[in-house]
Amino acid sequence: MAQKKIQLDTSAKKTWCPGCSNFGILATLKKVINNLHQRGTAMEDIVLVSGIGCSSKIIDYLGLNSFSSLHGRPLVSGEGIKLGNKKLTVIVLAGDGGMYNEGIAHLVHAAKRNVDITLLVHNNRNFALTTSQFTATSPQGFKGGSSPEGSVEEPLNPLALMLSAQASFIGRGYSFRLEGLEQLINKAVRHQGFSFIDILQPCITFFDTTDSYNKRVYAMEEKDLTDEKKALAKIKEWDYQDEKANIPLGIFYKQERPVYENMLLKDLSFSRGDKKINFKKILKEI
Amino acid sequence: MKNDYSILIGGAAGQGSRKAALIIAKLLSSFGYQIFIYDEYQSLIRGGHSFSHIRATKGKALSHREKIDFLLALDKETIDRHAQHLDKEGIIIYNSDKASLQRKQSVAIAIDSIASEYKADKIMANTALVAGFGKTVGIDWPSLKKLFKQEFKRFQDLNLKIARASFEATEQLITIKKLNQKAKPLLTGNQAIALGAVKAGLNLYIAYPMTPATGILHCLAAKRKDLQVAVSQLENEIAVINAAIGSAYAGARTMVGSSGGGFALMTEALSLAAQSEIPIVIVESQRMSPGSGVPTYNGQGDLLFSLAAGHGDIIRFVVAPGDAEEAFYWSGKLLNLSWQYQTPSILLVDKEVSESTFSFDESLLAQVRYEKAILRQDKKKEYLRYRDTTTGISPLAFPGEKNIQVKANSYEHDQAGLTVEEGEKVAVMQAKRLRKFQAMEKAVSQMDAVNVFGDKQSDKALIAWGSTKGPAKEAAEQLGLRMVQPVVLEPFPAKAMARALAGVKKIALAETNGLAQLGEVLARFGITVDKKILKYDARPFLPEEIKRELNRF
Repeated sequence: MAQKKIQLDTSAKKTWCPGCSNFGILATLKKVINNLHQRGTAMEDIVLVSGIGCSSKIIDYLGLNSFSSLHGRPLVSGEGIKLGNKKLTVIVLAGDGGMYNEGIAHLVHAAKRNVDITLLVHNNRNFALTTSQFTATSPQGFKGGSSPEGSVEEPLNPLALMLSAQASFIGRGYSFRLEGLEQLINKAVRHQGFSFIDILQPCITFFDTTDSYNKRVYAMEEKDLTDEKKALAKIKEWDYQDEKANIPLGIFYKQERPVYENMLLKDLSFSRGDKKINFKKILKEI
Repeated sequence: MKNDYSILIGGAAGQGSRKAALIIAKLLSSFGYQIFIYDEYQSLIRGGHSFSHIRATKGKALSHREKIDFLLALDKETIDRHAQHLDKEGIIIYNSDKASLQRKQSVAIAIDSIASEYKADKIMANTALVAGFGKTVGIDWPSLKKLFKQEFKRFQDLNLKIARASFEATEQLITIKKLNQKAKPLLTGNQAIALGAVKAGLNLYIAYPMTPATGILHCLAAKRKDLQVAVSQLENEIAVINAAIGSAYAGARTMVGSSGGGFALMTEALSLAAQSEIPIVIVESQRMSPGSGVPTYNGQGDLLFSLAAGHGDIIRFVVAPGDAEEAFYWSGKLLNLSWQYQTPSILLVDKEVSESTFSFDESLLAQVRYEKAILRQDKKKEYLRYRDTTTGISPLAFPGEKNIQVKANSYEHDQAGLTVEEGEKVAVMQAKRLRKFQAMEKAVSQMDAVNVFGDKQSDKALIAWGSTKGPAKEAAEQLGLRMVQPVVLEPFPAKAMARALAGVKKIALAETNGLAQLGEVLARFGITVDKKILKYDARPFLPEEIKRELNRF
């Protein structure tokens, strides 16, 4: 039986720029949540986690459990939430500055550990809320407040990084191709393990890549998803620098791997209250 | 009858001096003595010089002392370094394969030869030395045999043969008498911290290895199933604390541990925990700093840092236990307090507390238990994570509870947890936290936050905190002074300190740092120190050192 559509709005005033591509991600996320609900996930079992930056404002706009963490740390906060209660469905919403700059160590290790979390990186390829400086995915030559003559650094390809870190689900979406994005996030949330999605999210105020992306994005076929070599070839089609290359969207790689929290919490149950433990015996054994 | 023995056993790292010391300590513990073991080792894996200094006493001693009654040397360097501290009557028991001595009162045992005779690994020479000591002090073979069987599950027969050969080759010189006291279990401060937290309902421990806090990680990892505690080692200390705050938000009682450097990395998240009102216990086991400092040695240099850590207008509980029993009690108490007041807390210990071994009074077990936090009661009322209550404490709820949203926020927020910037709303939430801080202060005023030892009528007082409690208490007791130990350091128990110091005319202060950091704290509360006894050579105080400083006090 189809469940009633869930109302997810809050009283918070939306403070994104008018026309911001984050509005599309917000609308998509509402659909994803409703999909989850239709499939039997209780609303109270969903937790959204964010850091700081334009992307992170999104949790105030959704009437769900949420934790607003520090810049660069929402992913590891989410890992902790899964350790604290592994039944929860955790979706982390972060920006490129937080995930690929400040918190990149956590990104690599969360992928390596394969914690069952979905990470959505709103990649607008600059630090927008601080009035635009270059991030790890800004192209070389990016002109911002800290690089008026153009950034000298070459960009990082976060998907290649995720593949080498053994992320078990790697995808890319686009905030102006919302149907594809919705399907992609649905699959990522259902995937058991660490799901990574880089969402191209043009910053219409400081770095508007919309026209360029519109000409170049295309949806990949879903095949050979466990083949690392093919995944890497697809990932390398665009290096976050080239302004002419086509940009594939969809799932690049998907592999089943044991989930960290299931292994770490094996044989344990968390209870509230006094534990039934023979401490005198433990004292002898120590 | 003598009932205070001091035994030092030393050798190169890898020669097993620590294990040998633990066996001897267990032996003397089974004779009714109370034990303290100080371990000193260098930041290396093999070679160098490490030693353990056992104190076995009838009453409780919490420190080793200068004079040695028995020097047990696995190598020559141990003799070169420590023979000067031998008591006149003291006995050296040494490895005659590595040194030779003319001194009276010395016992030569060819421990390396005995080990090689049985084709045993070199490290098993330590068994020969322990057995030789046992014979020297008149311990019977059955007692020794029983202990070795208990201690060596691997290579048991081989160890027994080596022990027997050494026992036979050695002569008895004196007799250590059995005391009519029950043997107490031995545990390190780190083990005590682990058990105290579990007793108060710890679900999860997260850490990144750092001496001297690593023992907590090892203890809990080894006993995870028995203690029903999950143990997670993450990529760095920033990950550790942020994950811990996440798991506490999800409802799991969580603790983290590190030393000064790792704790420094955690401080941004400490502020997050204060702002989002998520309970978390941080064990900060100090070592000699700054920087990488002297990694395996002691110091009390992080007091002011612990009190000030974390940006913004916040306070936290800071508690500094001075021995394993206090560490057990306060580890559990602090976990309960953190949950009751939804606040980060710091259990401030040091290498001397963390890694020393203590006799532990089992009756303390009953003093720590799971204490409830204030949880959401009225299931019909709208849930507001940061409800503006008169106490400043907003009832807790966790994600997964039906029909509510639990919105925790690092940004300043309204009662529901939504981000706000309007001045009025910002002030409301800060005022709520300030009321909670007052409640925390009140809670401290109802605890035994300050200990008083020695002559409680004396008008001269010696103040010490953390591990300096042990040597300071012993010195004060011998000199007939009052000894005052503030255990809770934030919120500072100003009234309890005033009561503890009532009638005192002269105050001395002992700490193992160079800036007299507790002295700074005392000054804020109008307590003036007349004499500062400071030590910063990365070693703990000995009672004799403090006594000498107080000779003309």
